[in-house]
Amino acid sequence: MRNFLAMMNKELHNLFVSPIAYVLVGVFFALTGYFFYMILVNVIEFTMQQVFQAQQFGTSTPPFDASAAVMRGFFSVLSTLLLFLVPVMTMGVLAEEKKRGTIELLLTSPLTHLQLILGKFAALVVLLLVMLVPTMFNSLLLYFLSEPAPPLATMMVGYLGAFLLGGALLATGLFVSSLTENQIVAAVITFGVFIVLWVIDATAGTGTTLTSETIRYLSILNHYDDFTKGVLDSQHLVFYLSFIFLGLFLTSVSLDSSNWRQ
Amino acid sequence: MIQVEHLTKRYGSHTAVEDVSFEVRKGEILGFLGPNGAGKTTTMRILSGFFPATEGRAVVAGFDVFKQPLEVKRRVGYLPENPPLYGEMSVNAYLRFVANIKGVDRAQVGSRLEEVKIRCGLGEEGPRLIKQLSKGYRQRVGLAQALIHDPEILILDEPTIGLDPRQIIEVRELIKSLAGNHTVILSTHILPEVSMTCQRVIIINNGKIVAVDTPENLTGQLAGGETIELEIGGSVDNIVALLEEIPDVKSVSVGEPRKDHSPVLVETEGAKTVRHLIAQKVIGSGLELYQLRTRSISLEEVFVQLTTEEEAKEEAVEGKVE
Ligand SMILES: Nc1ncnc2c1ncn2[C@@H]1O[C@H](COP(=O)(O)OP(=O)(O)OP(=O)(O)O)[C@@H](O)[C@H]1O
Ligand SMILES: [Mg+2]
Repeated sequence: MRNFLAMMNKELHNLFVSPIAYVLVGVFFALTGYFFYMILVNVIEFTMQQVFQAQQFGTSTPPFDASAAVMRGFFSVLSTLLLFLVPVMTMGVLAEEKKRGTIELLLTSPLTHLQLILGKFAALVVLLLVMLVPTMFNSLLLYFLSEPAPPLATMMVGYLGAFLLGGALLATGLFVSSLTENQIVAAVITFGVFIVLWVIDATAGTGTTLTSETIRYLSILNHYDDFTKGVLDSQHLVFYLSFIFLGLFLTSVSLDSSNWRQ
Repeated sequence: MIQVEHLTKRYGSHTAVEDVSFEVRKGEILGFLGPNGAGKTTTMRILSGFFPATEGRAVVAGFDVFKQPLEVKRRVGYLPENPPLYGEMSVNAYLRFVANIKGVDRAQVGSRLEEVKIRCGLGEEGPRLIKQLSKGYRQRVGLAQALIHDPEILILDEPTIGLDPRQIIEVRELIKSLAGNHTVILSTHILPEVSMTCQRVIIINNGKIVAVDTPENLTGQLAGGETIELEIGGSVDNIVALLEEIPDVKSVSVGEPRKDHSPVLVETEGAKTVRHLIAQKVIGSGLELYQLRTRSISLEEVFVQLTTEEEAKEEAVEGKVE
């Protein structure tokens, strides 16, 4: 526990003294704010149009949950931003230790690989929270100002989804970072992997064969959809948690074997 | 304290360390000497548990490095060739982090921190960022890091590199002061360092051990003969023939005459000295003997001799095969 905490603190320290963390958080806030505003404007315009049409033709407005639409739009923006920003969050985490030779300190200290990896992962998760939590301000605005207010539970499920998706992406990025000593290479490969995981369901088509179902299952954003609708399904929860576990496990294997070769 | 048996490390097809065996007793300081690429760093990395050997066994502080790495790591302080530092951390924060992951007792972290800072001459540098320190000071932080958990065993890869002469002396004193309670292995290219600090030396070349002995024995025994410098007054015209009469004298050469004497260099072979015979001969033939001294062969010469002998032997073997 102490090793884990020491590792996490050190990692947080390293993350937050580098300008990367501030640039990341800054860009993330700017973009989430901007997109939230754009979505809001679009949805309002759309509703106004509907109301206007209804008045003109004397029909009743079709039922449309504006605040839910805003939240869904917003959560899908969050997921896209994460796909772009996570590679930058994780790129240096192990690659930089290798390059600077500080991995030599870590691997000759009485630390288990589990403590090392979990410490680093936890620090990344903290950074993720630092990015996600303040965006709740937007959603709370919607909660207090819109009529009827979107159910709080729906919003929370959406955030849980973003958090789990972020965790799965971070674990993947951590693994890629353990494969190289070059940060840029790590970032590019991580992003490449994300794109594959993102668009993979397009290659699966709509078939019901085992392969296409499996491929669709692997698409990392498919599992996210339900969360944005406020639906909590244990199947998706299991998917993301296994994804995280797999990422961390592969990182450990990679640490072991790169050690053998070096 | 440390037993190494038939250690071999290959990087792909390249063998960095081959069948290395040695032992270090408790409280001893062992010097690891060898030219660039000899395999010093590789051996030390294996002993510190950074990576496993391809073959062989190493027992450190009673634990097998490959089977119980955590137990070994708890007891070893390791200074890698490039000090493993985080530039954006202050010296204090860094040493505190290392103390935590090395398992220093929580209550003692503060006092250990102060102690190693003083020992490594970092008293004032605590709040400074490591990236702002000069190379020598970074090396000191590296050393402090290795000492922080007061380990039984220290593995120091070129500990005095980058330090100024005064600091080199201080670090050597520090290392010597560790002897007795601590077992130390240090690697270096600097030969005087070995004779000054180490009780035993291992000379390694091309991944193989070429000699293990005390610094004194190495310089004495390997010479296999003496080089004697004489200063002789009077006519030295037939001094060569005269001295070559003495058994074991290999060669005699006369240098440029000075104002009142001529320098003469005598090389002998064999284990027994013939200095007294030379003196008798010189005085007996009516010449003036101003000085007679043996030129002691330095560790540098031994080193070069050993490492080139090895190559010559290898070449000879290769020649035969062809
Ligand atoms: N990661 C690596 N991959 C392949 N070969 C390596 C690697 N590291 C070292 N070697 C090779 O192993 C041999 C021993 O290297 P090592 O670093 O142990 O030498 P050294 O005695 O420490 O030299 P120096 O005095 O220059 O520090 C060298 O031939 C080197 O080229
Ligand atoms: Mg070296």
